[in-house]
Amino acid sequence: MRLELRDITKRFPGVLANDRISISADRGKVLGMLGENGAGKTTLMNILSGLYKPDSGQIFIDETERTFGDPVAAIEAGVGMVHQHFMLVPVFDVVEAVALGAETTKDALGTFDRAAARKRIVELSERYKLDVDPDARIESLPVGVRQRVEILKALYRRSDILVLDEPSAVLTPYETEELYAIIRSLAADGTTIIFITHKLNEVLEVADDIVVLRRGRVAGTADPKTATRQELANMMVGRDVELIVPKGPAKPGEVVLSIEQLFVRDDRLEMAVNGVDLEVRAGEIVAVAGVQGNGQTELVEAITGLRTPDSGAISIGGKRTEKWGPRQVSNLGVAHIPEDRGRDGLISPMTIAENYILDTYHEAPYSRNGVLNLKVVRERAAQGVKDFDIRTPSIDTYAGALSGGNQQKVVVAREFSVPVQLVIAAQPTRGLDVGSIEYIHRRLVEQRDAGAAIVIVSTELDEVLAVGDRIAVMYAGRIVGILAGDDATYENLGLLMGGATYGEGTAA
Amino acid sequence: MKRVGPLLRRILVPVLSVLTALLLGGVVIILTDFDNLQKIGTDPLGTLGGAVQGVLNAYGAMLAGAFGDPNRIITALQTGNAADIARAIRPLTETLVSTTPLIFVGLAVSISFRAGMFNIGGDGQLMIGALAATASAIALNGVIPAWLILIATIAIATLAGAAWGFVPGFLKARTGAHEVITTIMLNYIASLFVFFILTTSPALRAAGSTTPVSKQLSSIVDVPNLINLPTIRLDFGFVVALLMAVAVSWLLFRTTKGFELRAAGFSSTAARYAGMSAGGSMMLAMSLSGGLAGMAGGFLVIGTVGQLSLDLSGGIGFNAIALALLAGLRPSGVVVSALLFGALTQGGKRMGIDTGIPFDLLLFIMALVIMFVAAPGLIRSIWRVRVAKPAPEIAQVSSESAGTV
Repeated sequence: MRLELRDITKRFPGVLANDRISISADRGKVLGMLGENGAGKTTLMNILSGLYKPDSGQIFIDETERTFGDPVAAIEAGVGMVHQHFMLVPVFDVVEAVALGAETTKDALGTFDRAAARKRIVELSERYKLDVDPDARIESLPVGVRQRVEILKALYRRSDILVLDEPSAVLTPYETEELYAIIRSLAADGTTIIFITHKLNEVLEVADDIVVLRRGRVAGTADPKTATRQELANMMVGRDVELIVPKGPAKPGEVVLSIEQLFVRDDRLEMAVNGVDLEVRAGEIVAVAGVQGNGQTELVEAITGLRTPDSGAISIGGKRTEKWGPRQVSNLGVAHIPEDRGRDGLISPMTIAENYILDTYHEAPYSRNGVLNLKVVRERAAQGVKDFDIRTPSIDTYAGALSGGNQQKVVVAREFSVPVQLVIAAQPTRGLDVGSIEYIHRRLVEQRDAGAAIVIVSTELDEVLAVGDRIAVMYAGRIVGILAGDDATYENLGLLMGGATYGEGTAA
Repeated sequence: MKRVGPLLRRILVPVLSVLTALLLGGVVIILTDFDNLQKIGTDPLGTLGGAVQGVLNAYGAMLAGAFGDPNRIITALQTGNAADIARAIRPLTETLVSTTPLIFVGLAVSISFRAGMFNIGGDGQLMIGALAATASAIALNGVIPAWLILIATIAIATLAGAAWGFVPGFLKARTGAHEVITTIMLNYIASLFVFFILTTSPALRAAGSTTPVSKQLSSIVDVPNLINLPTIRLDFGFVVALLMAVAVSWLLFRTTKGFELRAAGFSSTAARYAGMSAGGSMMLAMSLSGGLAGMAGGFLVIGTVGQLSLDLSGGIGFNAIALALLAGLRPSGVVVSALLFGALTQGGKRMGIDTGIPFDLLLFIMALVIMFVAAPGLIRSIWRVRVAKPAPEIAQVSSESAGTV
């Protein structure tokens, strides 16, 4: 079905979230919707799925105007949503999860006709090559498969228009490829797809048309056959951005971080880091690439003192630290940008000022004899907000109220507020928009040039290639190869990471 | 819809909760006034007037019972007669007397909740504190001067409460045992232990008494009164309670330990990443919490009541949880909420005597207040106020508990 939105406007107190947005997508086409966080993508899709009512504007499906009072009306009109965060009952099996809310019944008592539902799910799954075991329990499925269950849910409700909100945010590169294949096969069969993302590669890869949103308006449209990443990035941000932060050649100095034969177990007590050797020198950036779940998380936790290794040695600046706790390690001048910034890097219901001193509160000048010096805390936090260009109404704003990019800037500002000799940055730009990625990369390169040793753990090849002076690839708990940044390509990195994708134990 | 400023936003829901509860209480007063309702067929206007008059009478009696009659206080002060003055101000001082332990235990609950620990054990910690104070007062009788006994008993009560609170904190930190379970169970252990001591120990038990109560302690030691008038019980425990509110506020918001407690309470993983010891925060918070509850027990048994009995706590531990949430876990709010609860309790007694409306109505109103505070969405929709959430991710304990530097 053809979808058209005309002059959609939605205003929230103080914010014009959608300002006369008009978009359209023909039957069987994939419309890539690109925009930074806060550009109005999600608001627009919530209007389309009946969660919000537009202040003005119209929705047309096959040239007929429709108004959706609630999400049920939108589903009945054929609009299916696949949310970024899945909405599945973990203890249900696939048939139950898909049929939930749209159960077929076989008698007057309302007994669930499982056989009929299962048959239809198997048909859909085969038709669109979704490859889902209908009897598997949701909680036992990898994230990529859960997403397919969400897509099945929409198809089961006979959606002809499918909205995918940041579908690749939780997927591994391989799962993302599989998702592209599913999208293509759905489109070939006549489903209209709206693909929301802030990743440039994705729209170029999979979309038939591209529309770019910026600050609640349509900033422009592009043809994926001719558009370049640079053009799209500039359109998204509204200025010229550098996708690859310029940096001079590394000038490696002394060894700062040295890891020898490190073995670390994960929470299930299985060996996650399986004999890692790695040296990182002052003045260089070593990027650790790899598919999620190959021991990177446990490696970072061992280095930063959060997890005690089984065996092996870690030295930082010449001191053996493998048995140290997080505070001792941090006191050596080790900055840690955690993988899950919302859970581990920040405390959302505390203010920016409080988060700014989260790991230095016990030291001068922030406190003396156990008493906080609030004046100094506020001064320094205000300075940090200024230096790191954190967009916030005030330092008393709750950290949780900030956008992802600004939250990460708070973490980085805090970690760099003291002198550092080693930086451990885990997925430092995950979920961030182009402008923020540029900014964070720039700061990391600055620290390198100031003489710090930098480790960046990332699953994004673009990031690894953009900033790594050397690139170490992790697979199944081992470092399977170290390449010089100039020698690394998508292909040879992909090959090294590749075994992990098809091998065992990679349910990431 | 109204947009509300940040300062007002904080107290809006609690204030509207109290107001709504009083209004609903009024409705109940009208609906249960059968004499008045019988006239509705013959004299509808008179019934309406009677209804309004009934509610005004009831709440008027409650106010007078809670804070005293201003005219009477002025008259009494003019005559200068000590007995008259005492009678006039007694409602107010009795309100403050019931407020005092509520402040202590409300602060205790707030500290533990701030650190992410649900201390349901206020009652048990209070009883253990009271027992320790009683035992030490009797043991120290005649050994050291009375003023020293006073300091010693309160200190021992505080330490005993702290030790009783430390146990669940330690169990949580070391074994992960959930503090809700352990504190509730320790409540039983505490009250049964006090019962055991009071029935078996001849040293503590009041001679010749048929019920399990201790000897009178007032002959040994007493907390000095604030106002020296007959029948006035208000003592320095109230002042200490206010000082504790200041101290707790200072601890939570001005010290590194308080910073750790709050950080661990909001997110134990982020606290660990920042190099804090989550287990240490749990044990510290529970010890401080138990100490404050124990101090309440000490002042109750040494000052207000002068005797240890099984019903000493009277459910203070549970009321304190409610009022701490009403207070948004802020020490200043705890003082105000405790005053409200104390006033409702005292005023309710007077209302029962003057108008025949049973004290149970007050329990009804207090329960409604808690319910509305626990369900701010209800208040927002009743009063049509639009209040932005204080933080996108709500603290574990209550939606109003997020702190500021």
